[in-house]
Amino acid sequence: MNTAGLVTVAYITAAVLFILSLGGLSNQENARKGNIYGMLGMVIALVATAAQESVTGYGLLAAAVVPGAVIGALLASRVAMTSMPELVAVLHSFVGLAAVLVGVANYLEPTAVIPGEESIHAIEVFIGVFVGAITFTGSVLAYLKLKGSVSGKPLMLPGRHLLNLGLVLTCVYLGYDFVAWGHGADHPGLVPLLIMTGIAGFLGFHMVAAIGGADMPVVVSMLNSYSGWAASAAGFMLGNDLLIITGALVGSSGAILSVIMCKAMNRSFISVILGGFGTDSGGAPSGDRKGPEGEVTSVDVEEVVAQLKEATSIVIIPGYGMAVAQAQHSLAEVVKILRAKKKEVRFAIHPVAGRLPGHMNVLLAEANVPYDIVLEMDELNADFPSTDLVLVIGANDIVNPDAEDDPSSPIAGMPVLQCWKAGQTVVMKRSMGSGYAGVQNPLFYKNNNDMLFGDAKKNVDAILAKFRE
Amino acid sequence: MKVGIPKEIFPGEKRVAATPDTAKRLRKHGFTVLVESGAGELASFTDEAYREAGCEVIDTVGELYAQSDVIVKVRPPDYHEAAGMEEVQLLKEGATLLSFIWPAQNESLVEMLKEQGVTALAMDAVPRISRAQKLDALSSMANIAGYRAVIEAANNFGRFFTGQITAAGKVPPAKVLVIGAGVAGLSAIGTARALGAIVRAFDTRPAVKEQVESMGAEFLEITFDEDGDGGGGYAKTMSPEFIAAEMELFAEQAKEVDIVITTALIPGRPAPKLWEKRHVELMKPGSVVVDMAAEQGGNCEVTVPGEVIKHAGVTIVGVTDMPSRMASVASQLYGSNIAHMLDDMGKAENFKIDLEDEVVRGALITHKGEVMWPPPKPDKPAVQDGGAKVAAAKVAAPELKKEKKKSSPIWLVLAGVALLGIGLKAPDSFLTHFTVFVLAIFVGWQLIWSVSAALHTPLMSVTNAISGIIIIGGMLQVSGQSINATTILGFAAILVATINIAGGFLVTQRMLQMFRK
Repeated sequence: MNTAGLVTVAYITAAVLFILSLGGLSNQENARKGNIYGMLGMVIALVATAAQESVTGYGLLAAAVVPGAVIGALLASRVAMTSMPELVAVLHSFVGLAAVLVGVANYLEPTAVIPGEESIHAIEVFIGVFVGAITFTGSVLAYLKLKGSVSGKPLMLPGRHLLNLGLVLTCVYLGYDFVAWGHGADHPGLVPLLIMTGIAGFLGFHMVAAIGGADMPVVVSMLNSYSGWAASAAGFMLGNDLLIITGALVGSSGAILSVIMCKAMNRSFISVILGGFGTDSGGAPSGDRKGPEGEVTSVDVEEVVAQLKEATSIVIIPGYGMAVAQAQHSLAEVVKILRAKKKEVRFAIHPVAGRLPGHMNVLLAEANVPYDIVLEMDELNADFPSTDLVLVIGANDIVNPDAEDDPSSPIAGMPVLQCWKAGQTVVMKRSMGSGYAGVQNPLFYKNNNDMLFGDAKKNVDAILAKFRE
Repeated sequence: MKVGIPKEIFPGEKRVAATPDTAKRLRKHGFTVLVESGAGELASFTDEAYREAGCEVIDTVGELYAQSDVIVKVRPPDYHEAAGMEEVQLLKEGATLLSFIWPAQNESLVEMLKEQGVTALAMDAVPRISRAQKLDALSSMANIAGYRAVIEAANNFGRFFTGQITAAGKVPPAKVLVIGAGVAGLSAIGTARALGAIVRAFDTRPAVKEQVESMGAEFLEITFDEDGDGGGGYAKTMSPEFIAAEMELFAEQAKEVDIVITTALIPGRPAPKLWEKRHVELMKPGSVVVDMAAEQGGNCEVTVPGEVIKHAGVTIVGVTDMPSRMASVASQLYGSNIAHMLDDMGKAENFKIDLEDEVVRGALITHKGEVMWPPPKPDKPAVQDGGAKVAAAKVAAPELKKEKKKSSPIWLVLAGVALLGIGLKAPDSFLTHFTVFVLAIFVGWQLIWSVSAALHTPLMSVTNAISGIIIIGGMLQVSGQSINATTILGFAAILVATINIAGGFLVTQRMLQMFRK
């Protein structure tokens, strides 16, 4: 029986199923089917691999797979939807770790390296471990930052760009060493390989440390991309096309998400990666810019309820603050009541709202908000002039009119939700503090804007209580 | 602190300086509110309503003045017939007066206030800065007047404002021209639009064009390069050439429009004559001119202040008491302005005249026996310059974009060199894998763009799961004969990769279950 041929065919099938799986996510109706395709592809790939003649360690395999699957299932069923960013980050770190492990193991026992290809194989191992290590430590730190165990503030070491560059150059030198004299039975290249792993680990850690809280969507998608490239590198190392294809799919997916996030903040990918906001943007600091004119009007829950009762078309703009306060469930109840009163209620989601691409959509879906009233920025921006009332919950920079009006603003050119064009806006916020970009928001000072200060959850609960009276 | 609300004595004046509602707010600020009996009667607020709001109703005007530390009025103080003396003389020494005063036109009144030793604040002299918007009584009254002007026009106009198609035939909509797009003008535009008329507006300040258009009116322009912005939200006097061109434009419009509402005022001067006799005569019979500047002499040459007259078949409305004709709402808004003012001055507890406060200083007319008006010129530019800012932003944005696109050729060259290197050096088996790799990237790139933004989080978790495919690497390594470093590392790799696969797929499934229509 030609098992090699069967394995190849199985791998092709798995690759096609993975592509279908990602393609299925183009809309909500096909998405669940897509996920099933993905699972099916994974099962086919695993069975085919296990059936290979060269794979015999079934005992060990089962000993690793069973607890792994149990832990994974537990994580998946326990995680709160608000904690999705953390889960995604930690899963990235696992891929990075696996890539490092596979790379080192592969070096220690090269599986049938074709003579004459030692150099290229060594390069593959080296790159695989390098990317894997960066992904691993970067993701671990991202996880800790998202979880709040580590402060979200960017770490700004002096000369950090030079430090990064030095680290990369050291890795290149070690790589040269490794490739030049790393072959042989006693593994002389292990030392440079492990030193490089340590350096790459520090590099990953340091890069993420320099990036602030609200740039997290970019970081997480970037790490998503890296985890893909790490898998791809492992594929090269093992000469396994399925790994290469899957890694490339994941890598480009993460890259696209990063690009989308960067566009939504009007920042270049490089400037996000180099970290820090405002420190590298040059131009005049906010000192000589005059503050927004006008008066902040603060209202209480009763007035907001009255405005909600009066309005016929309402748009709600949720931000990270809603997720932090866990206000989405009460909010969904309020929306249900408003919709029962035949009011048009819609949600407007800015691409970078939250800490993960698409995070707001998941939170709202969890709270049973129908997905067809949850719209994207481009779909809603034209409708604001005909909207009666906009409720901004825990968002700031994504509704800042300065992004369009003031070319000297640090966020100038960032696409924003033009909620100030609506008849009335109400901003629910804990305080007048400025957002992530550290800029004042003139929206708060506009005549047709009211501020409802306080914890988003408490306020939404109070609104809900008023409606239920 | 006691705040006294006397009855207005000007003939025909129906407004009152506080309504039961705003009196409640004053009480919240810690003031005791005294109201002269019958003060709100003409604005439909009974003494009973004031009592319910916690006010004390005082029968005689003399007693009211004698008890009050702060007197709040609408019209400037005048001779009080019933009391037999000037209202100013009724004020007790050291008392504070808040009302319209028009110090430029009423020099003798200012002199009298000084003699009496009272502190007088003119609501008409509040500087027009953003912070003071909530106590800008001129704007509140202008808004009401603009609304009422349209109602007065409709009252004297024999047709619909809106166009109608009826069984009996078609009626065209009325055409309204509003001259001067200040607060009153914009309010008139909004009201006329709401009634269904076609509205045009003219103003010498090009900056207001956007505001006019946002209200749904057409902004008439003359091709002439002169900005009429005189600061503080007012216009200045224009050059003779400009005025000639303006008159020509009006002559053309006069033949077309049915209703003209003029609101042009230049501070401290008689109203400019913009709608000349010949313009009136060019208008169709039955047309209406509402001259909102009648009190300052009128924008229309034939206006008779305070009266409604006919000239060449055209009705000229010169009434000067527009806000008073809407006494309820005018009192409410004026009362709110007053409440904000007293709030700003420190409420009852810390009530004081702060000469450092730009708003108080601007409105202050007399204080401690001295005339404080006019205040020293503020050096800050007043009112918004939003229009110019927006324009600047629009110019700057495309330039920014251009700069960003430049780097791509370098990357293309680098990629080309790298490909060349790989082609020359790399062994065949690598090239086969490389082909697969590059093609897969392109497939992925095309595929992911079609993913809906709403599903980006599930996308990330499902890519998490499938990148667990790295488990294959571990599987190939655990198959050594014995336990050694490779198998241990492979074992660990399988363990974490399995967590990924199971966790990723299951959490994706869980999320996708939640997306419901």
